[in-house]
Amino acid sequence: MKRYSLHSPPRETGLALLTAAMLAGMILAYPHMASLRTLTALLDDTAILILLACGQMTVLLTRGVDLSVAANVALTGMVLALINHHWPERGVLPVLLAAPVLGALLGAINGVLVWRLRVPPIVATLGTLAIYRGLVFVLSEGAWINSNQMSADFLDLPRASWLGFTVLSWLALGGATCMGLWLHYSERGRNIRAAGDNPDAALYAGIDVGRSQFHAFVVSGALAGLCGYLWVARFGVAYTDVAQGFELQVIAACVIGGVSINGGVGTVAGALLGCLFLGVLNNALPLLGLSPFWQMAVSGLALTIAVVFNARAQSSGKRSFIQSPARGSAQ
Amino acid sequence: MNASPSPALHWNRALTPLPAWELALVVALLAVFAINSALSPYFLNVETLSDATFQFAEKGIIALPLALLIVSGEIDISVAGIIALASVAMGLAAQAGCATPIILGAGLLTGAVAGALNGFLVTMCGVSSIVATIGTMSLFRGGAYAILGDRAIKHYPESFAFFGQGYVVGLISCELLVFIAMALICALVLHFTIIGRRIYAIGANPVTARFSGIHTGAHRFALFVAVGMASAVAAILLTSRLGSTRPSIAQGWELEIVSMVILGGVAVDGGRGSIAGVVLAVLLMGFLTVGFGLLNIPGIVMSIFVGLLLIAVVAVPRLLSVLRSRL
Repeated sequence: MKRYSLHSPPRETGLALLTAAMLAGMILAYPHMASLRTLTALLDDTAILILLACGQMTVLLTRGVDLSVAANVALTGMVLALINHHWPERGVLPVLLAAPVLGALLGAINGVLVWRLRVPPIVATLGTLAIYRGLVFVLSEGAWINSNQMSADFLDLPRASWLGFTVLSWLALGGATCMGLWLHYSERGRNIRAAGDNPDAALYAGIDVGRSQFHAFVVSGALAGLCGYLWVARFGVAYTDVAQGFELQVIAACVIGGVSINGGVGTVAGALLGCLFLGVLNNALPLLGLSPFWQMAVSGLALTIAVVFNARAQSSGKRSFIQSPARGSAQ
Repeated sequence: MNASPSPALHWNRALTPLPAWELALVVALLAVFAINSALSPYFLNVETLSDATFQFAEKGIIALPLALLIVSGEIDISVAGIIALASVAMGLAAQAGCATPIILGAGLLTGAVAGALNGFLVTMCGVSSIVATIGTMSLFRGGAYAILGDRAIKHYPESFAFFGQGYVVGLISCELLVFIAMALICALVLHFTIIGRRIYAIGANPVTARFSGIHTGAHRFALFVAVGMASAVAAILLTSRLGSTRPSIAQGWELEIVSMVILGGVAVDGGRGSIAGVVLAVLLMGFLTVGFGLLNIPGIVMSIFVGLLLIAVVAVPRLLSVLRSRL
């Protein structure tokens, strides 16, 4: 299923080289890009994608998929914007604490549906996607909460700079590091990977597979909740269509980063690179003179090519003669 | 969609619909009819009902072959992207001054090629269908945006308007007729032909199916092409009804269409489902939309109900069986 052989380098190296080459090409062609500011801006642009991809990867590891992340971002963001609008004097700290908690609750709903009611993840999160998105509209009554309705400290926190990086970037780097350590070294993290790699073996090893999936959805929800605050504060607006369709970009970043949709395979480093790859790509398009309308087509093309390579990498050498090549699938 | 049955992940079994799932849908549909006619005195009259069919015909035309694809254990998320791309192709043909048959041909060809690309990725490159079609979804819709940008194409020949706006006999619109034809074809293929038997076999257990000599790849490839062409047919009807093409056409339809299929009792893991269920689910969603329209409730609020319905469809039978086992 996975296991890099000792002789071939892990695919993260290839992706890192490709991303670096793109960045180098961009800088060579446009030398004025070669500033620390460009690079920190790039990280700032991809920070939310990175945090969401870490959560999505955790769910993908358990053979699930979380389509509701972007709706979670929108709903949490709207709730927090409303809280800030009505009680600006409470400051930003309660908001910062409430964001992951609220997001985790929304994620826990997905988790319970999948764990306790055995709803397939794709159906459960497709349903909650519609529900959460609808609730944003109900809560806001279709209105926009603009930056002039939010307090200054609420808006400024993600943009505050510290040691050359914004708080937003630090959160992304810190979040990715924590997720990497958690997945690799903690018992729960290891269970998550084991549950997705081989659910039967995990069951016999005493791992509660459903519970691991629940944990993954809660983590994904918590990160999405945090991103809900970050998104609204960064762009200074909360409305029903915030982050519309962003879930697919998050999944794309994971898949490009070598995370398998069949579970058990994927690293935070890979997901991070997938995000940076998309970030560099999106930044390179305007330089090439392509209109922003090309962005979707190009990232779709990148994703399609990436999944073909992933499928090749994961199936090489172990495909039996009878198994039709395409049977690996979402669940 | 998992090849090996695993005791830890029994979504397959959880998805078994209620014994008479179709019956439950009929009851729900009657309830929606009753509520709608209580809400408005204008609901139960042929003209309103005929108008209402425009709410679901286009989506239903895609949901039907998609049900076959899902029964075979695959899924296609890119259907709305195909609509956009096919609509752009027809728009370009119309702009070039082509006659209506050529415009239709351009749309259908685009749909077939897009479906073939999905089929190629899944059956020959070994990509799982959900990932492959998430990729091609942005590719197709992105292609529509790349070609049109923020422009719209509005100049269609007059004869083109018939497909989305015309009536064939009395109050039977062209759209409704295509939907009925599609339902009959899909029901015939799935329930009365050897191909349908094979589709069930492939969805239930692809490895066994392959051992039994079924060309699993060829069947799934053909189904992807069929879904692509059905999306093109929907694109023809929608473009003709709106009289214009924009790259954002049919945005977000994929989720609604997949919801229709699942609501119809088709197992997302494949192997189970009936066309009668899907047709009923399409009608239910369509008339639910009409009802919400009568109440003046915006579509986004309706999506809350659709989401709840979608989860309930799968969760309630499971909940009942848990309760039953505790008694």
